[in-house]
Amino acid sequence: MTEMVYGAVPAQAREPVLPRWWRTIDKWSLSAILCLFGIGLLLGLAASVPLATRNGLPSFYYVQREAFFGTVALATMFAFSLLSPKAIRRMGVMGFAVTFLALVLLPLLGTDFGKGAVRWYSLGFVSFQPSEFLKPGFIIVAAWLMAAASELNGPPGRLFSFILLVVILLFLATQPDFGQSMLVLFGWGVVYFMSGARMAVIIAILGLVGLAGNFAYQNSEHLKRRIDGYLTAEVDPRSQIGYATNAIQEGGFFGVGVGNGQVKWTLPDAHTDFIIAVAAEEYGLIMVLLIICLYSTVVVRSLLRLMRERDPFVRLAGAGLACIFGVQAMINIGVAVRLLPAKGMTLPFVSYGGSSVIAAGITVGMLLALTRTRPQGEIADIFKRRR
Amino acid sequence: MIRTPLRPLARILDARARGQNPDTIEAANLAARHEEMKDRARLQAERRLRFLALGFIVAFSVIALRMGTLAATEPSELGTTSSGSEITAQRADILDRKGRILATNMMTHSLYVQTADLVDPARTASELARIFPDLDAETMLRRFTDGRSFLWVKKVLSPEQMQEVHEIGDPGLYFGPREMRLYPNGHLAAHILGGSAFGNEGVDSAEVIGTAGIEKALDTRLRDPAQSNTPLQLSIDLTLQANVEEVLGTAMKTLNAKGAAAILMDTHTGEILALASLPDFDPNDRPAPALTGDPSESPLFNRSVQGVYELGSTFKIFAVAQAMDLGLINENTEIDTKQPFVYDGFRINEFDNHNYGPTLPAWEVIAVSSNIGSAHLGLMIGGERQQAFLRTLGLLDPPKVELAEAPGARALVPKNWSGIVTVTASYGHGISTSLMNLAAAYATLGNGGLKITPTLIHSDTHTPGPRVVSEDTALAAVRMMRKVVTDGTATFADVPGYGVAGKTGTAEKPKKNGKGYDADKVINTFASVFPADNPKYVLIVTLDEPVETAGSKPRRTAGYTAVPVAGEIIRRIGPLVGLRPDGENPMGTLVAYKDPVAQE
Repeated sequence: MTEMVYGAVPAQAREPVLPRWWRTIDKWSLSAILCLFGIGLLLGLAASVPLATRNGLPSFYYVQREAFFGTVALATMFAFSLLSPKAIRRMGVMGFAVTFLALVLLPLLGTDFGKGAVRWYSLGFVSFQPSEFLKPGFIIVAAWLMAAASELNGPPGRLFSFILLVVILLFLATQPDFGQSMLVLFGWGVVYFMSGARMAVIIAILGLVGLAGNFAYQNSEHLKRRIDGYLTAEVDPRSQIGYATNAIQEGGFFGVGVGNGQVKWTLPDAHTDFIIAVAAEEYGLIMVLLIICLYSTVVVRSLLRLMRERDPFVRLAGAGLACIFGVQAMINIGVAVRLLPAKGMTLPFVSYGGSSVIAAGITVGMLLALTRTRPQGEIADIFKRRR
Repeated sequence: MIRTPLRPLARILDARARGQNPDTIEAANLAARHEEMKDRARLQAERRLRFLALGFIVAFSVIALRMGTLAATEPSELGTTSSGSEITAQRADILDRKGRILATNMMTHSLYVQTADLVDPARTASELARIFPDLDAETMLRRFTDGRSFLWVKKVLSPEQMQEVHEIGDPGLYFGPREMRLYPNGHLAAHILGGSAFGNEGVDSAEVIGTAGIEKALDTRLRDPAQSNTPLQLSIDLTLQANVEEVLGTAMKTLNAKGAAAILMDTHTGEILALASLPDFDPNDRPAPALTGDPSESPLFNRSVQGVYELGSTFKIFAVAQAMDLGLINENTEIDTKQPFVYDGFRINEFDNHNYGPTLPAWEVIAVSSNIGSAHLGLMIGGERQQAFLRTLGLLDPPKVELAEAPGARALVPKNWSGIVTVTASYGHGISTSLMNLAAAYATLGNGGLKITPTLIHSDTHTPGPRVVSEDTALAAVRMMRKVVTDGTATFADVPGYGVAGKTGTAEKPKKNGKGYDADKVINTFASVFPADNPKYVLIVTLDEPVETAGSKPRRTAGYTAVPVAGEIIRRIGPLVGLRPDGENPMGTLVAYKDPVAQE
């Protein structure tokens, strides 16, 4: 009656947002992510102290920064995970447009921080690497295009996304940033694979990637050195890999003890690319196995949850996001144990890094949103007796 | 695949008949087909998702497994294992021509510390300082406790030291096996052997690399694992080497010389039997190169190979030999020695301002060592031919002997071979070359005119070099040099029965400021071959700034310094190389000569 008198919108009998979120979110993945973030802080207490000492800052300066950025990342993740798939798609496409523009303008406005590759925007207190943010956006766009292509009389989305991929790869290759190129290519490959590509086409693409890789190896001094370093049978103990290997061996099964590690003092990238070596040295194999378990929990659970999904876009985007998240972690750890050639790649949520951890938060936030439990029309199946 | 048509004609007609819109049938069929397609895609996606999940599980497991195997292996000592290729500690021995050891390897140990395992760093540091007086206890303790995990203490230990370190009893002290290079003869042949040092080091082994001399020049051969069991046999004879060095050392002292050098070479093969340079050093403990001062005065400097000197009158025999070889003169042709002789504004003087009259026979130009006579010979030959001849003898190039220092010993030759250069070069001034080159050139004259390439490697076979001068010329040159010893400037070298033939050379050193020559600073050289009737050996003796003070005034000519030294060396080594003095034959005889190796 009151509503009729005052013309208010009639209240809808709908479940409140947060309870619904809690009911539908993948709690295992969420817990795994929180654990990883906690481990990241714990390792940062050890690994980032030498860097702070070198830079003449308070010992735990970088831990504080990481806690700050991590909180921002977790908040972003939470915000994204609240969104519906449709909103995710819109945010993703818009985000992609912005980051793509940022990537294009990088040669003009970016900085290389003296590392020889123009990959960053310097925003004073934090640096920002567009390609980190581009990845989730591109996955969403590719999934959107390919999902649309799977409709009857849909647009040629595969072709569009492929053209987009080539353009992005060209920009990344000119930076040069082969690591991110590989991730983008891999993410697109997963989406393409999930969208029902024929095996023959996939094999042809793998062949082409092999050829392109060979070409890059022949023509890039930087890449050649890394690959050659990987292919030599003997590890140079004074290289990063050598120190990392030694740290893992020193650590053994239960580690040398909290704070007793040495590798963080010798490895310049101990707090980012080689954080796993610090973990292995101080906390032992146990900690490394735990980290690997947490990552596989996120990836495998997300993939399995997507099996129930009926919306092709959600399926494609979810699979793509889960896979780039997992592969990034896999490459990082694989490098430290010398299964893969050296490639600078952070360990999502665990490594120190301002913009990269926020990008990881966005990626996982979208993933969590897409893997939420939704009504899938199973009732219709039952009605139609299809099952 | 059987597909239901979107507009089945029967139903369309039926619908039309009933007045219904047939498009709804098409739409319904389309929707059904779409559903079917999506179901198919979903089933395929399910399979592929499962495949991806499986792939990730496998990949993560592989990484975990690899991590596990790595964690289960023992770490190597951090920062000590060498990079890249494996260390080859095996280094071939070096022997003399009779198989006596000049350089070999010895097993010893290095000492290093793992600070994490140290029980009592302070006591360990003070104990180590007691055992090794060159270590400082406080510095050691600081290094033990500044956070590093590993440090070297000593590269090599003697067994006694090792035992004492053992007795400290601290578990943080570790020994690493080391193969060290040992030169059992100490200073003997120091400049030939050069020295060696540790290269890449690991805990278990260290690479030994040559740092100078033949160790460096033939480093690859000595380190070649395929040849590590084949010792390198040098042409050096240790006995001769010891005698030469002893006589030279004594001479250097009595004549107050700054340095001395000697080369004993086989005239036919170019094999070097002894090569000495004083002052010398101990290759077991090769001193670091001095950072200040003249490097050519350092004990490390090899005067017989590295040093390039103006060798003075020893060059005159080349002028005479070439003139004879070209048929311009014979041994008795009178040569113009008239004073004064001015060429191109330069006045050429005789030594001590002697005047040998208007002419001298060629042999006497050599015997008395006339500068003016040589200058005229040089002018008769002409600059171009003279330069070509000296180059053919190898005097204008770095010596080609197997020592690391040899390629650096470039001869100093004027860029423009003008007339005055022709004049001065004919008596050994204005061009500087290595003593090794001089020895090779004299060997050519001694062996009958064949080119000689000096070598330190013993070989049973020898291929003769190309002919440089005719045999007659070579024989005549030796006869003239014999006259130098019997009647000329080198009479102190006339060891009875050995038929020494040679030529003296006294060259004033260029002043440090580069202006002219210093009359009190001379390089005295005596280049000789013996026995004169068929020379088998070349002996070059050089003294740097010697002065003979037995007489009333100091004498600095080679005849009083280098010549008697060479005589003493020949007197000593003659019997050793199998030469018997022959009093009957003034030219000396090669009696009952046998190769020393064959005698063993």
